[in-house]
Parts: sequence; structure tokens; C-alpha cells
Amino acid sequence: MQRHLISAADLTRDDAVLILDTAEEMARVADRPIKKLPTLRGRTVVNLFFEDSTRTRISFEAAEKRLSADVINFSAKGSSVSKGESLKDTAQTLEAMGVDAVVIRHGASGAPYRLATSGWIDAHVINAGDGTHQHPTQALLDAFTMRRRLVGRDAGLGQDLNGRRITLVGDVLHSRVARSNVDLLHTLGAEVTLVAPPTLLPVGVETWPCEVSYDLDSTLPKSDAVMMLRVQRERMNAAFFPTEREYSRRYGLDGDRMARMPGHAIVMHPGPMVRGMEITAEVADSDRCTVVEQVTNGVSIRMAVLYLLLGGAEFQTAGTPAAPARTAEEN
Amino acid sequence: MSKTLIRGAKVLGGEPQDVLIDGGTVAEVGSGLSAEGAEVVEAGGKVLLPGLVDLHTHLREPGREDSETVLTGTRAAASGGYTAVFAMANTFPVADTAGVVEQVWRLGKEHGYCDVQPIGAVTVGLEGKKLAELGAMHESAAGVTVFSDDGKCVHDAVIMRRALEYVKAFDGVVAQHAQEPRLTEGAQMNEGVVSAELGLGGWPAVAEESVIARDVLLADHVGSRVHICHLSTAGSVEIVRWAKSRGIRVTAEVTPHHLLLTDELVRSYNPVYKVNPPLRTERDVLALREALADGTIDIVATDHAPHPHEDKDCEWAAAAMGMVGLETALSVVQETMVDTGLLDWAGVAERMSFTPARIGRAEGHGRPVSAGEPANLTLVDTAYRGPVDPAGFASRSRNTPYEGRELPGRVTHTWLRGKATLVDGKLT
Repeated sequence: MQRHLISAADLTRDDAVLILDTAEEMARVADRPIKKLPTLRGRTVVNLFFEDSTRTRISFEAAEKRLSADVINFSAKGSSVSKGESLKDTAQTLEAMGVDAVVIRHGASGAPYRLATSGWIDAHVINAGDGTHQHPTQALLDAFTMRRRLVGRDAGLGQDLNGRRITLVGDVLHSRVARSNVDLLHTLGAEVTLVAPPTLLPVGVETWPCEVSYDLDSTLPKSDAVMMLRVQRERMNAAFFPTEREYSRRYGLDGDRMARMPGHAIVMHPGPMVRGMEITAEVADSDRCTVVEQVTNGVSIRMAVLYLLLGGAEFQTAGTPAAPARTAEEN
Repeated sequence: MSKTLIRGAKVLGGEPQDVLIDGGTVAEVGSGLSAEGAEVVEAGGKVLLPGLVDLHTHLREPGREDSETVLTGTRAAASGGYTAVFAMANTFPVADTAGVVEQVWRLGKEHGYCDVQPIGAVTVGLEGKKLAELGAMHESAAGVTVFSDDGKCVHDAVIMRRALEYVKAFDGVVAQHAQEPRLTEGAQMNEGVVSAELGLGGWPAVAEESVIARDVLLADHVGSRVHICHLSTAGSVEIVRWAKSRGIRVTAEVTPHHLLLTDELVRSYNPVYKVNPPLRTERDVLALREALADGTIDIVATDHAPHPHEDKDCEWAAAAMGMVGLETALSVVQETMVDTGLLDWAGVAERMSFTPARIGRAEGHGRPVSAGEPANLTLVDTAYRGPVDPAGFASRSRNTPYEGRELPGRVTHTWLRGKATLVDGKLT
């Protein structure tokens, strides 16, 4: 593992499998009466959120607290940042207070990369979503969810997603979730297909390691998992598609479309869902939809990432195969 | 005034000759010239060029003196071998009145490092709505002949047409920053493979090409000349080539950075590579070099764009666009055009001195190195090769994309009308 987690593209297959396996161990912690490990006791993690994202922030915070880290939440709104302080000064101020890791969410693509590589700070940097670039822990929790559902909780240990057919549908152009998922799923051996109207695909997508289709209906029967991406209604005003209704008709997932998917196939969504836009209530509330599991898994994945990056040595649980933890130390 | 004898200089890259400067003019060019009463500069095989002329410089004064002033900018120009620079109009206040252009022009004159020829704004406040008083700027002491809203595109077709027509009355030229504004909303870098991966807003080639296509057709229609600033794509080259083949009076410039750098560098998210128009692809770079060699692109212009450190020491989206270029331009041109065999030094003189002076009607500049001509000269040690060190820049800003990069060539001497502004690489 590297010092930072900036992009899903930086992870090797073995890195990714190690994170998923470690997350399974972390998940067991959540099943205990006391959901807490002493691993990061005495370490300080700051959640540096320049963009509002209560869900992601809370997920990281839960993960940090379960690992016994001291947690500082920093929201840019109402802070010195809104008075014009630069990213560099903000980060250096926080580090001067003795922060070991920075979890950063930023509206500008590349901001976490700059933070990690410009010599501004020494702390570990974890990207919690940057602009329309990357959201690596989201891709990891998605892969974790897929592996559990499609391969199995125990059977999945040590396994990747080789040969699984994953379809991502929606606003790929503006989606860091899509970019991270394409990178990670490809690394894990899955076959990825992007489905979107041509206006919501970036120029240059043809070089990505995936297939591209404009037709959802023909893709659904060949999918083991279908991930619906959020489509913001405002995109309509920028002429990305004519109307909300037309978008849902062509690219929304409803009960009829879900019925075209193979029996074992699952429906995923990174949240927050826009019901009635990309997904109907019927699909969102069905057993095949993993939205709530994804949230749960997010905490395990973020625990695993923090654990592996910050390298806690004390991690031991009863009946835990020690292998992943040891590998982490060696790396 | 004193005499200077430049001994053994390869004039425009030819056989070594002596060049005698007497006062403000070149007195004699030949071999074995007498050094009597003259200060001797041993050129030792260095290349002597006419003083370089930059048709596209941002001097930032008035308004952004924290990034550059007329003094620091003209010192940077002299360091880079320039004897004349055209100062862009996007200052604060905008150079859209006779008063502002005269002020900039006078500052250049006072400092004496390099002639400063102000460019006037095409429209009031660069807003693209109402023509600025182009005639008044032309008639001012600054004698403005080049007009540009650079930084912004004159996107309204009617305003562009009127500007092209209007400046014909005094042989002016409109220099267009070709950027269709709607196609570049939120644009952060070249739109293509790299932007798709990095998740940065794309600046598509077509946003430049469509405006150039429109403007050459407009220039043709009204019989005016038009100049294209910082042409950056292979498609733009094709359009200008077509326009020239039709006899349309279009000239075009390319920046040194577009001749050398590509959008792959943006993967570092280092804003030192953030510039407008953005760095393009390898294919574009090669097309630009070829076009500069075959004359489709007429000149090299720096688009020297100084910015204070804090405007680049930040995340990509928050950073300012632009790079300094005056002090590295000739080196980059040597690297990309001369050392690659695409251009000889006479060709460089054509593209960095003669032609830009002609386009901008800069009197006394861009003249041959021969007896009776103004002694605006640049001596270049073309055998030198070394890393770029921004700490040594005369510019007030350091936002160069070449820090640490090995480049060939070093300007050792510059003379402005016989007066040395740079001696042995040091400003006077």
C-alpha cells in the first residue's frame, strides 16, 4: 500500500483485494456488542470537507471512531476558508496541530493529489471525493458489495471480480464515482459497460478500459450488477438531455427493466438517489437493491483503508486469519 | 554616442562577421573591421539576430504590479533578447482609452530596456459589447495599431466585423483571442483523453477553430487583415492554411509553450501548466511546429503571463491561467525548431523579429542587420545548454513550466538602438 489513497487507479489488484479482505475483518467488528478497536488510539484524523457531504463525512467519522482515532471535523463553510484562506494554509494549519491523516473532500479535481504531492504537509491523505475526478473509497465499497453478493462473504476472501459484468448507468461525465469504479473494477478483472446518453459521456471515454453503450435495454440482460448514477435535474437546463421525463424513459431503471436483468443480478446506487429520475421507488425498495448495504459496507471499507494506511499493529480479532494484517505491515 | 564592435558573430546564423555599431545604428557589417575607438564584444561564433519583437506580452501595469510592472517586464524582455514588446490591454484599468495606452507607452520609454508598444482593447472594458475608441488610441502618442481583447474573445460576430472594418482607416489589425465562450464554460484544460481521466472541464479544439474559421471569413468579406493570437490546435492550422491559400489577409502566432508541452503534463495537477489556450496533444504540437516552419503560422509570440506565486501554489481549479515566457522563448524555439532542423536562424529572425514587427507596424524594429539600420540586436550563445532557473529571472513572477528543464541557447547581449541592455547575460 502507498502512503496516500488518491485514486482507484493507483491500486494494484493485490492492494484492492487486501483492502476488501481487511474490510471483511472490520465488518466483524460491527457485529460485536462493542464496535470498537484500539488500532488508531492516539492518532488524529481530520475530516477536511470543502464540499458538503454529510453521508461520506459521517461514514468516515464512524470508521475513524471505531478504530479509536481522535477525530476532528472541519467544514469549509463558515471557516477561514470562506474568508479566502488557501487549501495550502488550511492544510498546514491543521497539520501544525498534529494531524496524522487528512480525509479530504474538495470540489476541485486534483485537490487531494496536490495536497499529497506538493510538499505542503506530511500527513497521509485520503481522497473522499474530488470534483469530477475520483472517489476511491466509494469504488472500494461498491466492489466490496459486489463481491459479497456475487461471490460470497467467505467464498469471496482473496478473490477479485474476474469476469463479472458490471453496468454503470447515468451521468458519467460529471461522476467521480464512475471514474473510480471503471478503474477499480477493471483492475479487479470485471467487464464494465457504461450506459449513458452521449451528452453525459466525456470526450476521451473511448480510451477507458470499458465498453460504452447508449442502449440500456440491450445491456441489462448481460449484467451481474447495474449501478445507477445520480442525475442532477439541473443538467437538463444545460441541454444534456431534453426533459426529466425523457431521461427516465430512456435511462431510468424501473420494475420492467429490472425484470430483464438475470435473476442473481443486483441494483446499486451510490446515493443520494433521485427517485423518479434514474430509479423508481419500486426498484429502490426491492431486495435486489443494495443501497443500504453499500452504506454499511462503506464504514468497513473506510476502516480498512485507515487501518492499512496508518498501519495499526494491534489489530487482532478472534478467529481472524492474521495474513491480511501481516501483509499490511510488510507493505 | 559610443561605438561597439561585435567581432566574429554569425549574423542570422551565417558565416562569422564583424558588426560595428555607431550610436544608435549599425555602421558597418563585414570582416576585419577596425576596432578603433570601439568597445569590443568577442562574439566567438555566437549567433547575432535582429532584436526580437514580441507581439503578445502581458506587462500587468497598471493594476497588477504584484505580478509584473513595465520595468520588470521590459527587463525580462531585454534578458530574453527582445527590443520591442506589444503590451496586452487586459490591465486594470483596461487599456481601452488613449490615456492608459499613453501611460504604458511612456513607462516603457522612461525605463529604456525595451520599446513598449501598447495594444488597445477592441471593446470597452474587454466586455465585447461596445467598440473602444480605437481611433483615439491610434492617434495618441502611443500610436496603437494592434487591437485585442486578449484574455477574452471578441465573440460577437457583428462587433468583430465592425472592428475589422474600422481599423482599416489607419492600417490597424485586430488580434483575436479565439475562444468560443459557450463551448468553454468551466474549461480547465484541453478536452480529450487526459481531461476525461482527470475530471477537469474540457476546452475543446473546436472552440478555437470555429472562431478562427468565422474570423478569416469575416476578414475576407470586409477586406481587412486579422491576426490570430496563440493558435494552438492542428485544426486551426488547417483553417489558416486554407485561408492563406485563398489570399485572405490572416496572420497567426504560436507560443513557445505550445511548441513544446502537451496536456499529459496536467496529470501532475500542477497549475504551472495551466494556461489559456490550454496545452494540447502531441499531434497538435507537431502540427504547430510544421506550420511555423512552412509559414502557415507567421510568428512566435510569448503570451508572457506573469502571476504571483500564490495564484499557482494552489489547487488546479483555483489557479490563474498563464506562464511567463520572455526569458525562455528563444531557448524553446531553438529546442523545438532549430535543433530539430525545422528552421535555421534566418527563419527564426523572420518569425521572432521581422514578421512580428511588420504585423504590428513597429517602426525601427525587425530590420535587417546591415549598415544604416537601427542597432536593435541580440547575441545568442547557441552552444549553451543548461537547466532553467527561475530564481535568475528578471521578471517579477516565476510561473515558468520549464523550471529545472534543460534547454539550449542563452541570450548574452541585447542592444536597443545601440545601447546595451544586456551584457554577458546581465542587465545593465
